[in-house]
Amino acid sequence: MSRESDRRSGRPCRSISRRDFLKGTAAGIAGAAFPFGSTIVSVWESFFQKHFREMSQDEIRDVIERLQREYSEKFDTRIDINARKAIPGTLFGYGLDLSRCIGCRRCVYACVRENNQSRDPQVHWITVLRFKKGEKWVNDLEGAEKYYYPEKVPEEGFFYMPVQCQQCENPPCVKACPTQATWKEPDGIVVIDYNWCIGCRYCMAACPYGARRFNWGRPRIPKEELNTETHYLGNRPRYVGVVEKCTFCIQRTRAGRYPACVEICPVGARKFGNLLDPNSEIRYCIENKRVFRLKEDLNTLPKFYYFFAT
Amino acid sequence: MGHPGERRTWHLCAAALFLLLMPLFHPSEPSAEEDIPKFFVPPPPFSEGIFPCSQCHAGMEANPTRRELSYHTEIAKGFNHAADQRWCLDCHNPDDRDKLRLASGKLVSFEESYYLCGQCHGTIFRDWKAGVHGKRTGYWRGKKEYRLCVHCHNPHRPRFKPIKPLPPPMKPEDIKYRELSPEEIPRNPLNEILRSERVERK
Amino acid sequence: MYYVISDFLKTLKHVSKGSKWYYGWLAFLTFFILLGLVAYIKQLNHGLIETAMRDQVSWGFYISNFTFLVGVAAAAVYLVVPAYVYNFRPIKEIVLFGELLAATAIMMCILFIVVDLGRPERVWHILPIVGAMNFPSSLLAWDVLVLNGYLFLNLFIAFYALFKLAHGKELNMQIIKPLIIISIPWAISIHTVTAFLYNGLSSRPFWNASILAPRFIASALCSGPALMLIIFQIVRKVSRIEIEDRAIFKIAELIAYAMGLNLFLFAAEFFKEFYSGSIHLAPMKYLYFGLHGHTGMVPWMWTALIFNITAFILFLLPKTREHYFSLNLACVLVISGVYIEKGMGLVVPGFIPGTLGEIYEYTPTMVERVITIGIWAAGALIYTLLLKFAMPVYTGDLRFTVRGEKALKTTD
Repeated sequence: MSRESDRRSGRPCRSISRRDFLKGTAAGIAGAAFPFGSTIVSVWESFFQKHFREMSQDEIRDVIERLQREYSEKFDTRIDINARKAIPGTLFGYGLDLSRCIGCRRCVYACVRENNQSRDPQVHWITVLRFKKGEKWVNDLEGAEKYYYPEKVPEEGFFYMPVQCQQCENPPCVKACPTQATWKEPDGIVVIDYNWCIGCRYCMAACPYGARRFNWGRPRIPKEELNTETHYLGNRPRYVGVVEKCTFCIQRTRAGRYPACVEICPVGARKFGNLLDPNSEIRYCIENKRVFRLKEDLNTLPKFYYFFAT
Repeated sequence: MGHPGERRTWHLCAAALFLLLMPLFHPSEPSAEEDIPKFFVPPPPFSEGIFPCSQCHAGMEANPTRRELSYHTEIAKGFNHAADQRWCLDCHNPDDRDKLRLASGKLVSFEESYYLCGQCHGTIFRDWKAGVHGKRTGYWRGKKEYRLCVHCHNPHRPRFKPIKPLPPPMKPEDIKYRELSPEEIPRNPLNEILRSERVERK
Repeated sequence: MYYVISDFLKTLKHVSKGSKWYYGWLAFLTFFILLGLVAYIKQLNHGLIETAMRDQVSWGFYISNFTFLVGVAAAAVYLVVPAYVYNFRPIKEIVLFGELLAATAIMMCILFIVVDLGRPERVWHILPIVGAMNFPSSLLAWDVLVLNGYLFLNLFIAFYALFKLAHGKELNMQIIKPLIIISIPWAISIHTVTAFLYNGLSSRPFWNASILAPRFIASALCSGPALMLIIFQIVRKVSRIEIEDRAIFKIAELIAYAMGLNLFLFAAEFFKEFYSGSIHLAPMKYLYFGLHGHTGMVPWMWTALIFNITAFILFLLPKTREHYFSLNLACVLVISGVYIEKGMGLVVPGFIPGTLGEIYEYTPTMVERVITIGIWAAGALIYTLLLKFAMPVYTGDLRFTVRGEKALKTTD
């Protein structure tokens, strides 16, 4: 790491003169308007960047190169961005065994580690809800508690239900987005182009599952905790003022791996696979267990199945 | 005769015939074995220095009576796996202690302990074989990674112990703009808890 | 070209001249605009974290104001209908001021949307052709189209009329009439589309009620004209323009009918929610009685209801309607009542309880309040300047150079 890049990355400096402060404010305004751009060219290029789906392969390559440059300037480390396409013949489905989940929130933070969510302001893609046994749930989530924090879990008399993006086949968020910045990929993952989203948050109003998250402030991640293996539509670092959400770990699942939340789950409550493959684990769950989907009355057709294995 | 292609065909036919007839020679083999993939399982998680059991047990006489044990006291104290109906030699083979014994009398190695568990937990065994019961790691597309039941469940006390949860999300009213130096950015609590759990296990 | 420049300079000169009160008023507004600007720079710098909005309540004060103002803009039609369709002369003369108000309100709407955006510099992504407008799927795309169309329509009608008047010519009704006729359904459409924006979201039971669009229209037809009644009285005071009492009382009467309808629709919704008492009652319960001890909106909502009912009575009875004190009181009550009901009272319960049952009580931060005040001040400034230009044109005090003639002397 060079001294030059150290200086540019803006290491904290305690004694701030008025001029520095003014400069900082000006840079802040520019920074708010443009993503980490340091050169004029970069700023113009990012401003006029086309919609992801309207770019040719060459244009995507150029954009990724520019983004990698911008990221390495910001984080002092190389970030690999791929734009791997959907594997033909796949439609991802997820299973969550409610009889096993103990509400330990390992999934929440494994997701944060994998997907580079902002640590401050805090962004979580998974919400774990706690319900009192025998009381209202599923339809009336008013009794849900998401801030529980006992000494140990599971607790007597409670059960837990993690909620994340349900990757609807009929996604209300995609319908709502005024700029087509979010769409459903051929493998069923609902993705967002973080360079196209205008931050109107209409999708958040439309989502019945509280799955979408907004970068209310400039996202901050400790450099040493950065996951540098990223996907353009997935876990690459985000910008202030854009919406983000679970992508079934697109960077992993398109490479054949399980999502991070599946792998971390200490009780094996989380299942994943290809809905189009009759021998997949998710198909086994659907065919052998009694599955249900959240808020089925809204006809969003989630590809996220809850079930009870025992 | 003597044509190499023809000879190969003959070999193939013989091999196929052998495979077809093989079950006849081993009528006692549980048929379930065939649908269990062979490519898996890491070695069983023995406590250090405990295996092979025959190290100590070779010269001892097997005593099937329920009693206070003078050795393996940790296991005996915590034993909670249908404890009223069961005692050591219901699963551990009395003669060759390095093997487990199924209800049928058939012996299985510790690497195949899932047969032993599967005797009672049939539905879970079925799910496990399909790759659905238990922790999933690796690839949804490709070879499944299996674990033995005992990698997650203590066979003598199979119910999971409660664990410490990770912190709840911040309340919306607590999320505010703050000036933070890079060192002050909150770290992911997952890394810390995984480290402490690893230490605990050791 | 010379004429255009000289006319423009003349206008500028005229607009920049005024009484002590006029300058004071402009300074007052500019102060708040600057304050708002400072707050907005802070928000740009740190992000929308400077607001009290969070993932649980992802829209707040800005969108509330936007919704209210769409109603104000739509209400210009309430003057157009009697004026042109029924040829009610006293209103016809003042319809111009309504159209200017509508245009101003739309400009404020656009400002409120822009300050609510996380990435305002990308706003062009929403446009057709250059951007990737999600039309016809997204109701927000529809809203962009109808609002801008409405803005253009109103500005065109108003400026065409002013241009003609400034040249001392008669309006060509063949141009203006079809536009005015179009503007009637268009006004209804801007408010309907804005209602549908909320209405179409099955995730939010409070908005997902068919009665929403009719309630939007009914309440808009109360607040918009009430605002205009106050403006007309000011116009009458500061200029030589004569606005007949008859026109004012007629509008007041129309407000009474609209408010009657608004209250009826409210009652219908109130009855349905509380009598059936399904789980979708929760947001309504939050508004009027509080939910699990959260009662932030309760005093506001009852205030709004009492204001609306009181104003309804004041507008309905000829005695109070035709008495300026009670008339103005009723106007203020209606504006505040609808501002609460169709502002925060509409947006916030969409998010409380949230889709996962969470209750986060939203109260705008200082930054949000200051920016909001700034935009209102900007709106007031725009409208003041428009009036300052339109009033003398209207009275004939300001005349542009007519080609081939010697310019008429301005008496100003």
